[in-house]
Amino acid sequence: MDAQIAALLAQDGFTNGAIYALLALALVLVFAVTRVIFVPSGELVSYGTLTLAALDAGKTPGMVKLLVGAAVLATVIEVVSTLRRREARRLLPRVLLWGGVPLAIAALVTWAAPLKPPLFAQVLLTLAAVGALGPLLYRIVYQPIADASVLVLLIVSVALHLVLAGLGLYFFGAEGSRTPAFASAQLAVGSMTFSAQSLFVVATSALAIVVLYVLFNRTLYGKALRATAVNRIGARLVGIAPDFAGTVTFTLAALLCAFCGVLIGPITTVYYDSGFLISLKGFVGAIIGGLVSYPLAAAGALFVGLIEAFASFYASAFKEVIVFTLIIPVLLWRSLTSHHHEEDE
Amino acid sequence: MSADRRLARAQPQGAEPLLRVDDLAVAYGNVEAVHGVSLAADKGRIVTVIGRNGAGKTTLLAALMGLLPSRGRVCFGGDDVGPWPVERRVAGGMVLVPERRELFGTMTVADHLELGAFARRRAPAAARRRRRDEVYARFPRLAERRAQFAATLSGGERQMLALGRALMAEPALLLLDEPSLGLAPLVVRDIFTIIAALRETGVTILLVEQNARAALAVADYGYVLETGNVALAGPSAALAADPRVAAAYLGGERG
Repeated sequence: MDAQIAALLAQDGFTNGAIYALLALALVLVFAVTRVIFVPSGELVSYGTLTLAALDAGKTPGMVKLLVGAAVLATVIEVVSTLRRREARRLLPRVLLWGGVPLAIAALVTWAAPLKPPLFAQVLLTLAAVGALGPLLYRIVYQPIADASVLVLLIVSVALHLVLAGLGLYFFGAEGSRTPAFASAQLAVGSMTFSAQSLFVVATSALAIVVLYVLFNRTLYGKALRATAVNRIGARLVGIAPDFAGTVTFTLAALLCAFCGVLIGPITTVYYDSGFLISLKGFVGAIIGGLVSYPLAAAGALFVGLIEAFASFYASAFKEVIVFTLIIPVLLWRSLTSHHHEEDE
Repeated sequence: MSADRRLARAQPQGAEPLLRVDDLAVAYGNVEAVHGVSLAADKGRIVTVIGRNGAGKTTLLAALMGLLPSRGRVCFGGDDVGPWPVERRVAGGMVLVPERRELFGTMTVADHLELGAFARRRAPAAARRRRRDEVYARFPRLAERRAQFAATLSGGERQMLALGRALMAEPALLLLDEPSLGLAPLVVRDIFTIIAALRETGVTILLVEQNARAALAVADYGYVLETGNVALAGPSAALAADPRVAAAYLGGERG
């Protein structure tokens, strides 16, 4: 292998690694705040790509039906729980939030789809539609069992993953889709060429990471999420409701997943079930960070991307095997170096 | 504090106390830890609940705050807060400083105070800043350590941070769970001086303590909790003079 091929592989690795890093951050965030291992994140990645592909083809994405159904269900749940708590005063804002907002997004997507808006508008519609699924899934699936053990939450996550994958097949069909490139130019620096698409992916991922950093270190709500992750009881005692923290977290995570789907669309063909494998690689990165450290998770995800790129050159048939075998020495090393934390509440 | 100043603060007879607890019972599974406790705290007063380890003091406070399910009635400021979740009680002005402090180890002192005002986030920023400066003035040690992580603070500083964080929520009722627990005697004295000084802000304090001598010295009224029941109640001076209290809670301790 000469330097040029190595550079090309590294470029590939960094591009994919940047996407895995965003997913790893989403997984760490969700786990730290809600103790949920967010297995269905992969489906949201697929939904992201396929929704964008449908909009690009001028079709209404099928997942709008899920958005409508989930919005209706979540609204009914909210109305019942609000009346039970005798908080009738808060009924209208909650109905508008849980029913009005997602239904408005669904209506907007349905209305805009046949008009074939420009790519940038399509991306925004995709982020809104898939992002809106995050809080709805939390409200319907996770919030009622928020105090359950990590294992129960994991089992529910696996179930939700299977449901969303099945629905993905129904909404988008079995054919894969690719979305148009955001940029098609090639940049030559010396003897190296960089594709503008790769640079775009790496740059927007880096930007997303900076935005997250500012959010968590400079804003009250970001600090509230961190506080919930550090000490759930302490957070409640200053008035941060766990439901609120969970809802915000799942919104952020769903947005990140949808964004990953948008970024990966022009790179590979995405099928309704491709997201699982993609998010599993993000998960390997998150595990390298012990599911708690954001910088380590991002670095781990970049490492996974690089390993994958070089593995596909040396032994392309074993590329996935190599990436996922990587997790075994990492887990061994972690189990030897870190102290085992009992789950104390 | 002199007796006439205390009288000047006294509520008119028959006025509704800020906190009224009727027949509160708390159970862990089948084991009842608090049996039918009733107590009240008038606005602006310091009321203490003393008792031994395991008497149900912490359980009582956790139930008042909504952290544990309970039976009976808890009225705060005229509202039955039974169905309210913890966060709504905080927004309503009930703030607990728990026995374990429950700080955010990897966040700074300044972050704690900012988050302490989370329930008051809709108040003007200037008002929150003024409140923060008051807390720093009350606890100069926190001002010195404002950029430090909570996990690096000493025991006394942590207690001050927990108190400061609670004060940021502009409490009407401050629930203090064993504020002197695990602290060196000199620091305990500081903490009780601070609690006595809080009286001037008009906040009502429900103070749960094992250190009966110090608690009765600072409080207006006291309850003695024994195995989940109120065994004795009365003005704290009378309680301190009561031979039963003296024998069980004051006798063995060295002043």
